Amino acid sequence: MEFTLISLLNGVTYGLLLFMLCGGLTLIFSMMGILNFAHASFYMLGAYLAFQLSAWLGFWPAFFLAPPLVGVAGALVERYGLRRAHRHGHVAELLFTFGLSFLAVEMVQLVWGKAVVDYRVPPSLEGTLFTLYSTSFPVYKGFMMLVSVGMLALLAALLAYTRTGLIIKAALSRPDMMQALGHDVPRIFTLVFAGGAALAGLAGVIGGNAFVTEPGMAAAVGPIVFVVVVVGGLGSLLGAFVASLLIGILQTFMVGWDYSIIDVARLFGMQLHSTSALTRLSLTQLAPIMPYLLMVAILIFRPRGLMGARS
Amino acid sequence: MLEVNGLHAFYGKSHVLHGVTLEVGRGEIVSLLGRNGAGRSTALKAIMGLARAEGSVKFKGEEIAGMKPHQIAWRGLGYVPEDRAVFPDLTVRQNLLLGVKDPKAPGRFRLEEMFALFPRLEERALVPGGVLSGGEQQMLTLCRTMMGNPDLVLVDEPTEGLAPLTVAQVAQFLLEIQKRGVSILLVEQKLAIALDISQRLYVLGHGRVVFGGTPAALRENAAVRKEWLEV
Ligand SMILES: Nc1ncnc2c1ncn2[C@@H]1O[C@H](COP(=O)(O)OP(=O)(O)OP(=O)(O)O)[C@@H](O)[C@H]1O
Ligand SMILES: [Mg+2]
Repeated sequence: MEFTLISLLNGVTYGLLLFMLCGGLTLIFSMMGILNFAHASFYMLGAYLAFQLSAWLGFWPAFFLAPPLVGVAGALVERYGLRRAHRHGHVAELLFTFGLSFLAVEMVQLVWGKAVVDYRVPPSLEGTLFTLYSTSFPVYKGFMMLVSVGMLALLAALLAYTRTGLIIKAALSRPDMMQALGHDVPRIFTLVFAGGAALAGLAGVIGGNAFVTEPGMAAAVGPIVFVVVVVGGLGSLLGAFVASLLIGILQTFMVGWDYSIIDVARLFGMQLHSTSALTRLSLTQLAPIMPYLLMVAILIFRPRGLMGARS
Repeated sequence: MLEVNGLHAFYGKSHVLHGVTLEVGRGEIVSLLGRNGAGRSTALKAIMGLARAEGSVKFKGEEIAGMKPHQIAWRGLGYVPEDRAVFPDLTVRQNLLLGVKDPKAPGRFRLEEMFALFPRLEERALVPGGVLSGGEQQMLTLCRTMMGNPDLVLVDEPTEGLAPLTVAQVAQFLLEIQKRGVSILLVEQKLAIALDISQRLYVLGHGRVVFGGTPAALRENAAVRKEWLEV
């Protein structure tokens, strides 16, 4: 029971963090029609900027400054990079985002080195929030959850209830018409791109110290971000949200479960012999590949994703 | 008000308009006729900056060729596309509000007036635009463009596929906005309506203007009608 509750909380925290990364990517996909391979780089940039600014100014100024700075970087990338590449078609755009993701890693190594940097949870957020029986839930996890939920609620409200949100939604579905109605669609797209980048940056700010901040961190989350976007359905925000939570929770539970394939098979009334290495695999060992299994299954059985409109 | 001079338009390598010259005066309804594929929609798109074009387009004396569509819209040109382009997931009300360019400067046409002209839209104000009937969607797009307070509107086949009663309503609406000082460049398939409400007409054939004149002149010119309009 306690394991279930704590795992659920951990899973939701992880899932929400994933969604901060994937929400922007999904919006940007609906806008440009391509997946931005450099999206996870903004996550990394957020973590590194937060590390640097923390060292100079302390955690809180870093927390508030880093995401908008990443947003500005996103706006510059869109305005002076992608928009130019766009004139040469989708392939050029894709290659551009690929190149950018490599460039980001190299730049980070150049400035901060190849090793893990010492970006830590601030003392004010250390400690235990509560203890259930014998399992403790750290304050920082609670903080991560609060920030993600707050940010996402704010964004959902912005999209649903403001004129800006209305304009963004309409521009995603019919950019040409919005343009003819007098809306500066390219500027709106830059704004959306910057917002998506800032959101990924924020995920880096609050995730970089909970996990690790190192040059490989973008490459580590990159694949999982794509899985979420594909499983959720390309271009569907709600789908990405559901998929983020699903993957976050499933993975957290699998890491904690100490069952082997034999045990699972027994549950279904099958007797397997523990002779082969395969059957001795535990669910914990399978956890890292679960997202990919899920993606392959979705691509086979429901290619448009959980909630996607197109396949 | 609108002077188009030697307008050429292209889709990729295909050359669709070959030097179109036409003019719309202040307060006029001018129709652009022609067979399917003659290039009428392309002419409107080229004027609006939505198709690749060469040539001169002057609006209120200012050269607008080469500007972005939103810049052209801000100068007072409105566009109602052939496919209506209703935002299907947004409500009728939201669709209308998206026509407003500058919320701080209310124009000639307010939401209430649009609703007064088409009570049907008010009844369905909170319904998603995508579930409206074809006629209702046409009213919606017309009204949405008017919410942007244009001085001249380019309207592409507003009566296509509508029931006779709705067609009459649309014609009535065009006359109403003309009365309020808006000029109209209308692409229309139904010759009777075009002859009825326009002050002047142009006929396009293969991307060129093959006739320009008054309704009376076109009524008398059986040769043009036979060669360029009848199917
Ligand atoms: N997006 C496009 N790409 C390539 N060619 C196009 C495109 N749109 C139109 N054309 C071509 O340009 C020509 C003129 O098209 P246009 O849409 O202007 O015709 P139209 O007079 O409005 O006729 P209708 O609306 O009845 O089809 C046609 O030959 C058409 O095939
Ligand atoms: Mg047409």
